[in-house]
Amino acid sequence: MKEQLNSIKDQAEKELSGITSIQELENIRVKYLGKKGELTSVLRGMGALSAEERPIIGQLANEVRSFLEEKLEAAKNELVSKERTARLEKEVIDVTIPGKVKALGKKHPLSIVLDEIKDVFIGMGYEIAEGPEVELDYYNFEALNIPKNHPARDVQDTFYINENMVLRTQTSPVQVRVMEQKKPPIKIICPGRVYRSDAVDATHSPVFHQVEGLVVDKGVTMGDLIGTLQVFAKSLFGENTKIRLRPHHFPFTEPSAEVDVSCWTCGGNGCRVCKGEGWIEILGAGMVHPKVLENCGIDPEVYSGFAFGLGVERTAMGRFNIDDLRLLYENDIRFLKQF
Amino acid sequence: MKVPLNWLNDYVDINVSPKEFADALTLSGSKVEGIEVQGEEISKVVVGKILSVEKHPDADKLQVTKVDIGSEIIQIVTGARNISVGDYIPVALHGSTLPGGKKITKGKLRGVESHGMMCSIAELELTKDDYPEAAEDGIFILDSDLPLGKDIKEVLGLNEKIVEFEITSNRPDCLSMVGIARETAVTFKTPLKKPEIKVKEEGDEASQYASVEIKDSDLCPRYAARIVKDVKIGPSPKWMKDRLKAAGVRPINNIVDITNYVMLELGQPMHAFDLENLQGKKIIVRRANDGEVIKTLDDQERKLDSSMLVIADAEKPVAVAGVMGGANSEVSETTKTILFESANFFGHSVRMTAKKLGMRTEASGRFEKGLDIENVVTAINRAVQLVEELGAGTVCKGVIDCYPIKNQPMNVNFRPEKINALLGTSIEAGEMVEIFKALELEVDEAGSSVKVPSFRPDIEREADLAEEVARFFGYNNIESTLLSGKSSTLGKKSFKQKVEDIVKNTMISCGMSETYTYSFTSPKVFDKINLPADSELRKAVVISNPLGEDYSIMRTTTIPDMLEVISRNYNRRIEEARLFEMSYIYIPESLPVDKLPTEKQVLTMGMYGNADFYDLKGVVEQLFQTLGISSYEFLPEKECLAFHPGRTAKILFNGQKVGMIGEIHPEVAENFEGPERTYVGVIEIEPLVSNANMTAKYRPLPKFPAVSRDIAMLVKDEVMVKQIEDIIKQRSSKILEEVKLFDVYKGKQVPEGMKSVAYSIAFRAEDRTLTDEEVNKVMEKILTGLKDNLGAQLRE
Repeated sequence: MKEQLNSIKDQAEKELSGITSIQELENIRVKYLGKKGELTSVLRGMGALSAEERPIIGQLANEVRSFLEEKLEAAKNELVSKERTARLEKEVIDVTIPGKVKALGKKHPLSIVLDEIKDVFIGMGYEIAEGPEVELDYYNFEALNIPKNHPARDVQDTFYINENMVLRTQTSPVQVRVMEQKKPPIKIICPGRVYRSDAVDATHSPVFHQVEGLVVDKGVTMGDLIGTLQVFAKSLFGENTKIRLRPHHFPFTEPSAEVDVSCWTCGGNGCRVCKGEGWIEILGAGMVHPKVLENCGIDPEVYSGFAFGLGVERTAMGRFNIDDLRLLYENDIRFLKQF
Repeated sequence: MKVPLNWLNDYVDINVSPKEFADALTLSGSKVEGIEVQGEEISKVVVGKILSVEKHPDADKLQVTKVDIGSEIIQIVTGARNISVGDYIPVALHGSTLPGGKKITKGKLRGVESHGMMCSIAELELTKDDYPEAAEDGIFILDSDLPLGKDIKEVLGLNEKIVEFEITSNRPDCLSMVGIARETAVTFKTPLKKPEIKVKEEGDEASQYASVEIKDSDLCPRYAARIVKDVKIGPSPKWMKDRLKAAGVRPINNIVDITNYVMLELGQPMHAFDLENLQGKKIIVRRANDGEVIKTLDDQERKLDSSMLVIADAEKPVAVAGVMGGANSEVSETTKTILFESANFFGHSVRMTAKKLGMRTEASGRFEKGLDIENVVTAINRAVQLVEELGAGTVCKGVIDCYPIKNQPMNVNFRPEKINALLGTSIEAGEMVEIFKALELEVDEAGSSVKVPSFRPDIEREADLAEEVARFFGYNNIESTLLSGKSSTLGKKSFKQKVEDIVKNTMISCGMSETYTYSFTSPKVFDKINLPADSELRKAVVISNPLGEDYSIMRTTTIPDMLEVISRNYNRRIEEARLFEMSYIYIPESLPVDKLPTEKQVLTMGMYGNADFYDLKGVVEQLFQTLGISSYEFLPEKECLAFHPGRTAKILFNGQKVGMIGEIHPEVAENFEGPERTYVGVIEIEPLVSNANMTAKYRPLPKFPAVSRDIAMLVKDEVMVKQIEDIIKQRSSKILEEVKLFDVYKGKQVPEGMKSVAYSIAFRAEDRTLTDEEVNKVMEKILTGLKDNLGAQLRE
């Protein structure tokens, strides 16, 4: 019997080594360990053994059974893994085929720049103020210290609806409206659409966008203006950006300045983009003119303020290397998709 | 304003390079637009003398010359005819450059070597005005006895450096050499040397010759005249012509050149009349009579009106004040006696007159900015001084100066601490006073008030003084600070602004790209979108001075703009596009507009190519979902003629129309030359803002299973699924979880005029597992409802 068990063991091991499928494996299991299997039959014959032999053979039979079971399990694992490997090999796909995307739309470059500007100033504690585009002459001009006979009001610059109503030429009227309604401290930016009677070409558009900022409080200084514009320029054009102020004239600020930033292309060394100057003009700014404060019912002896404004189109064109302003209003989808 | 540096050097010492000069002036407020160096492009062009001229052996039109250029004798082949042996000529040597980037190199002309080129005046960028004797189309023959080999730029005096300034409108004083010199002097802290003005006055009394009367002193507060007799009209000397040309003014004759020279030097426009032609020997400054006519110096008849100021003699206008002189009193070759005018005119009046007459001149451009009333006599004296220096005539004694109301100098408060507080600086009071002094602003003894000179009317209050201090202290020397220690403010977007952001971001996430279009449009677009003649939308805000009809009204609808964008893309062979824009429409309360119109913000969407109604509707539903808006309805809209009557829906919030979406009517699509299947939607932003609800609240996850039932039914074509869904919702009480339409089918096995609609309905209770019985009961109610109300037949 002992030989019989050993031969079963050898025989089964041998058969297992040659199998290629789960079915064959199952057949072997049934053949040896099934109800009518060989090992089972041997065990059935144990009754005929002597009391001395029985435990010995019993132990051996159990060993053979465990051995077979282990072998079967191992063979099964190997088979499963082989089959999985085979399947995986069959399932190879071309990973360079494009993915399934739901196409996203794009934000207009002007919105991208506007949003960035808004973010910078919201971070500095500014609110966003809005006002009408069809505006009263008073808010667009008079309150801003541009009296009726000022050259800036020439018909060729301003679109008029009637004697008292214009398409706003700047977003500054929003500042006036805010100052009329709110007591300092005031910290706002006014982004928006403005209009000038310029014929359409690569650098001019009768419709364009501005962002203006206004701060009015006790003790606001020109140093604060410069500091604010520095933070702004760095946020928008990069950490290494420098600014330069040049004295200028605006009716609604005094002192007034034009503000240049160091060229975003060459960093200030002079190149084609900055026409060799190293600087690019992007902003107008200044300390709010005392007359403007007075017009809004704010005492310039107590309060002071600064204001600044920049053109969004110009900034976007510089930022994205756009060489023709008309592209911004043509809305060719191949243009829009680039940003 | 063009400033030749050699001229400026008369009044202030400039010891820096033109570039440093330009940078410094720019940063103190006189912005430099550019620096022009005369003859910059000319190099290696020298004086040569022609030694021999022979015929070219192989070309009839060419000659072979030998030219002495001092260091050597070279051979030059030329096509020019106007040369002869002994002529002095400009020679562009091998390797030389000429204006326009032209380079000259040696070479062979028809087999004969040529080592350079003789130049014409045009090739040196000179004109007949500069050298009237020079040949128009031949070699420029120079004066003899010039040193051979000498640089032509030195010979011709092409060594001027000209700085061009952009002068702001508040500083007409800087439209002059002396004004710029003053700015230069303060910037570089060097002295200003104003021209010394001395007149000999060798003639008799001027008042014997003419009189001046100002009738309208509101428009002319001062008028000064001087008389010059025995006038000898002729060309000005070269130095004066060179300066005028460098400053961009064409020389004419000595008298006209003197008026221009004084204008450039001192900033005061002047005029010279031929006294013989002034009737009654009178100057009367008055408003024109309506309909009065004058022929101006440019030979144009000008019709005047009573808003315009003229200079008249006893009978007729002889000049449009501050704009242009009249032809009838023009100085000519034969003029013997001259009346010089130097006056101050009210700027606004000059500007309006020039504009009405459509003739903005150098003089009017200056007057309109407001000139220095105290400069009037200085300038006229300077002019007659030049007359004497040039020997152009005999100056009569005395200035006829009509100056009815004397100008009172302005005093401005000066508190150094206030200026420092505004600038954020700590500049010593003494330093400020130094700046003021250099600017000719007088500080009083107490140091608390500043007297402003008459040429600086822009200085009106302390803030203006602060600017003067800041300019010369240096804007960029002000220490930059941040708004610290002051009242803090909270920066944030309003709820409306947040909703706008969400709208944009949702559009973008739905594949829509953002557009920007103009807010004004053409009234023709109304017809193009089939808008009825009596539509309210045709009442638009009209621009009184538009750029053209196409941009003449403020839009009342954004649909045409979207269609134009779509058409543009489509006609550029772009297969599909999905677009949106957030913009405004402008709705007047009444016409003509007397109140500001309502500016209504709208979202406009458009798509074509690979898109249908439901693509667009899906975008809108996605938007509503993102904004937490659940009570909306889409109902058929048949009335809007811009749209396909069967494929358009209006959108309602609580019964209120807030927008519409649909397929564009084929006729409208054709009007815009766009694709036939175009989908456009418009939604007002305000209702989105007021209905948005983005306050999410957690609800526990379900503990009990859902039961789901599918039903399919046949209904008539015209039944809308919304009707079916309404009944399902009504009849299924609280246990309804979801109604999902999964099929709408027409065709085989469905009778004509009917459609098959299939739903999957899910039920769930929060507190128990639903029994079949319970669900069956509800399904029974639903089916009865569908049968009774819509005549639905259940499909098995």
